[in-house]
Amino acid sequence: MATYVEAVRGSHSMDKSITLPPDEIFRNLENAKRFAIDIGGSLTKLAYYSTVQHKVAKVRSFDHAAKVSFQQESDGEPLYEISVQEEITARLHFIKFENTYIETCLDFIKDHLVNTETKVIKATGGGAYKFKDLIEKKLKLKVDKEDEMSCLIKGCNFVLKNIPHEVFVYAKHGDSEFRFQNTHPDIFPYLLVNIGSGVSIVKVEAEDRFERIGGSSIGGGTFWGLGALLTKTKRFDELLQLASRGQHTSVDMLVKDIYGGAYGCLGLTGDLIASSFGKSATAEKEFSKEDMAKSLLHMISNDIGQLACLYARLHNLSRVYFGGFFIRGHPVTMHTITYSINYFTKGEVQALFLRHEGYLGAIGAFLKGAEEDNPNQYCWGENYAGSSGLLSVSPELNPMQRERSGTFDMLEMDRLERQLVNLPLLQDSSSYIPDTVDLTEDTLAREYWLCCFEEALDGVVKRAIASQKDQPEAAERAEKFRQKYRDKLQTLRHQPFAYGSLTVRSLLDTREHCLNEFNFPDPYSKIKQKENDLALKSYQRVLKTLEELSWEQRQIALVRGLLAGNVFDWGAKAVSDVLESDPEFGFEKAKQQLQERPWLVDTYNQWIERLKGPPHKCALFFVDNSGMDIILGVFPFVRELLSRGTEVVLASNSGPALNDVTNGELQILTERIAAMDPAIQASLSEDRLTLVQSGSSSPCLDLSRLDKVLATVVRERGTDLVVIEGMGRAIHTNYYAALSCESLKLAVIKNSWLADRLGGKIFSVVFKYEVPSIIQGHH
Amino acid sequence: MKLKSVKKPAFPWFGMDIGGTLVKLVYFEPKDITAEEEQEEVESLKSIRRYLTSNVAYGKTGVRDVHLELRELSMCGRTGTLHFIRFPTAAMHRFIQMGRDKNFSSLHTTLCATGGGAYKFESDFRTTADLELVKLDELDCLIHGLLYVDSVGFNGHPECYYFENPSDTQACVKQPCSLAHPFPMLLVNIGSGVSVLAVYSKDNYKRVTGTSLGGGTFLGLCCLLTGCETFEEALEMASKGDSTKVDKLVRDIYGGDYQRFGLQGSAVASSFGHMMSKERRDSISREDLARATLVTITNNIGSIARMCAVNEKIERVVFVGNFLRINTVSTKLLAYAMDFWSKGQLRALFLEHEGYFGAVGALLELLKASEDP
Repeated sequence: MATYVEAVRGSHSMDKSITLPPDEIFRNLENAKRFAIDIGGSLTKLAYYSTVQHKVAKVRSFDHAAKVSFQQESDGEPLYEISVQEEITARLHFIKFENTYIETCLDFIKDHLVNTETKVIKATGGGAYKFKDLIEKKLKLKVDKEDEMSCLIKGCNFVLKNIPHEVFVYAKHGDSEFRFQNTHPDIFPYLLVNIGSGVSIVKVEAEDRFERIGGSSIGGGTFWGLGALLTKTKRFDELLQLASRGQHTSVDMLVKDIYGGAYGCLGLTGDLIASSFGKSATAEKEFSKEDMAKSLLHMISNDIGQLACLYARLHNLSRVYFGGFFIRGHPVTMHTITYSINYFTKGEVQALFLRHEGYLGAIGAFLKGAEEDNPNQYCWGENYAGSSGLLSVSPELNPMQRERSGTFDMLEMDRLERQLVNLPLLQDSSSYIPDTVDLTEDTLAREYWLCCFEEALDGVVKRAIASQKDQPEAAERAEKFRQKYRDKLQTLRHQPFAYGSLTVRSLLDTREHCLNEFNFPDPYSKIKQKENDLALKSYQRVLKTLEELSWEQRQIALVRGLLAGNVFDWGAKAVSDVLESDPEFGFEKAKQQLQERPWLVDTYNQWIERLKGPPHKCALFFVDNSGMDIILGVFPFVRELLSRGTEVVLASNSGPALNDVTNGELQILTERIAAMDPAIQASLSEDRLTLVQSGSSSPCLDLSRLDKVLATVVRERGTDLVVIEGMGRAIHTNYYAALSCESLKLAVIKNSWLADRLGGKIFSVVFKYEVPSIIQGHH
Repeated sequence: MKLKSVKKPAFPWFGMDIGGTLVKLVYFEPKDITAEEEQEEVESLKSIRRYLTSNVAYGKTGVRDVHLELRELSMCGRTGTLHFIRFPTAAMHRFIQMGRDKNFSSLHTTLCATGGGAYKFESDFRTTADLELVKLDELDCLIHGLLYVDSVGFNGHPECYYFENPSDTQACVKQPCSLAHPFPMLLVNIGSGVSVLAVYSKDNYKRVTGTSLGGGTFLGLCCLLTGCETFEEALEMASKGDSTKVDKLVRDIYGGDYQRFGLQGSAVASSFGHMMSKERRDSISREDLARATLVTITNNIGSIARMCAVNEKIERVVFVGNFLRINTVSTKLLAYAMDFWSKGQLRALFLEHEGYFGAVGALLELLKASEDP
């Protein structure tokens, strides 16, 4: 159904012919505006802004609901309605392709562009002026040139701020080649070493304050130019390949060639290069292309590394990012630069690289043109469904990559509805890592989870179709979703580092992005609705049972209730199989499934001791599932906290993910519970129970990217207890998160592999009550 | 091996610096030999003296730099001439054999050597020529030799010089000067590779850094790119070439100056950058390539030296090493680079005996042993 554009122009027809499937590349052109282009020596990067219309699930309380107080709803009538609405969000598109395709691409854009408000295209990069006339003629847009360096810096600031795991350290012989770094809340100051044909060293101190503090003429152009002369090899990539096969020791004079060994008293090892090309000053010997290329690569990388270190030291900077075409995802150069930096700084400075380094100029140029839209005022998130991710840099390891190189690479970013900030209660925000297991490094775990998600795919597709029974084309869309997500899993199998560190969280998030992409905004909405209905009916009975218990008995019953509720998780295959096959599976049955004490992780006794002490000031509770979990598990527990005089903030997802309760749903549920339960009613009206959204739409939880309002509330209320519930939020993520206040992490392990890893069985319980050491000291 | 404490070391007096590419040898020829002394002199000693002082070339590759000899020099109570001789390290084995043939070991002299080759060839000296080397640290020797030569002067003239008006090719002239207050100085020794030292006094110094892009790189690349075989040939070609045909300048990219960053249009943006294009590769000469190689290596050394000077807060930068021999392109370029990029804060200084200080330092070690009680 796609219309293919076949473009054959001029004499280089083989190079220029390419088919562009519009579903996949230059998406959303009809809504596109604000173009920018960055034309480099061999690659063009195009950027534009579009608005994406997509479906979101909304819940709305029926009007009559508010009037009903203690009465139950009549059977069969749901307590809220679900509607699917169209919502418009902003998206940034960045596409990278070889310069040979530029004309084809411009034609394609011209044919598909609807928006006529756009008059200008921002342009940067060395090739911008060369193609100026072509762009103006084809697109009828005025080319507005922007300074290359300022675009680069602007783009760099943008990705550093907005893309988690943007930055990585390269380790050729490490367990994983890429070690991704945490997003640092304060990105300044840093040094950017841009290795194009020459080298520019730029110190960046603030969003708009940067200075070129130095540079060198020995750069990528030297490697390419001198390499071409020495080896008669024309292409940059081929030169790098030659280099990776060569032996520099036949060309370079090493310390041991001069000394016969190491130069001990200066600490110079024998293998250190004393003189690059020092052995080639002879007519008697022939040198292989590979060896010369390797020697050249070392010479240039070491030289750049040395200068970078001298500048870093002079300006007292420890964060040094490397970019430019010399680096651009090439393992060979990333390795030699890393080696050089380690050598010259004795490990004090790490060479840092960026996942989207090739896009910086285009992003910067785009931002310059979009200043009136204030893009920097928003937070943006990488859309995993629409982004290619980092290419495998070892093509021999990945045959899939070869198909794509030479065609198109994409980055899409969605505007987030809100500003995301750190939880103020993190002990050390700069060292906080949300994810418990890095699947990039843990091969066994990666294999398991990739298979697990692949196996679960059928179920998700089925659920997606079922959620839109009224729409006949849902099956077709669901199939597309299946294809897309399966491709992503396939990509991740080969390139686990494609979107930063691979984690269970990123696998879950990618799935949500793909579902959204095909307009399945909330496949579990109806299930959630039904389960909420069902659970509400039992609320008062559960409360009554609890009230009859002694204090001690009640405390354990509350915790067991919380854990039993947590069994109801459609994200866990073991559970969803049960729930699909046994509609009678209820709260009591769930309790029976739970592990008996002592639990797998069991600090319940300390928790009880703590409860005998003074009440907490305010508890922040990150909730998990809809239905039994929130209504019969969380609410009774929260009610007990409230009764002790502790204020409670309930944090739920902003958008849907699996059967997790969303903020919209929770508001309605809370109203309904308040109508049945005067204690909850009173807490609400006294503002002692507050609902906030987390800012997330993930089954997991990143405490460094939370809604700003949540952070403010937490601070204002003097929160001194954080409760994190569920496998996604307390096990896959945050299991090791260190908080500056007391915390309670609890979950039921609903996956036998994971349980096994943690040393337990399926339905094992983790109850982890922690007191930060600083506070412990005071007791 | 410890030096014997005797009154005066036995002749002949040699100091040797065995580098990666070149061996530098200094030889003290006593001119105050008495008749009595001459009679007692053994034949092998005479033969060595005659061989060294009556020739200016030794074998195919050995050279005596006659223009550098220091005359009427008083050393250790003797007066004579200090000769400066060099030959390629590749000829080291022939040199050792000659030592054996001339029965050098019978003279009971001490051979003081520095440079990496002192270690590398130590066992060859022992097994082939029955000679024990006294191995000396090359940086100690370099500094001691340099300070000594500067203090005795160059036959009545200063050893040191700089360039006046380094930024103006027309008005740029060599000017002698004195290193009267040498400390602190940044000492940049450009041999096959480069060492950068911060020197605070005769015996207080540190190696700040080094780079593998040195004289060996210039010659090695030139040989590969142009097919030349010697340093002289390479420099000769470089003097006739035009590096702007090979290098991409700022103005080639920006059409003029890159004003936002204060870069002049004539600054090199990418060394060998034009060579990315096939048409350009086909249109340049060997001379252009030699020149570009020379300029690239020299500018890079200048840049590293300047950064080190700033980091170490030293204003005096002294360049030595055999890379600078007969190489005014580089010396002027270094002088210019220091001056221009530091806005006149840094001064580049040069010494006439460019590459011989290590060897002189080794000789001083030999003589020093006799002065100690």
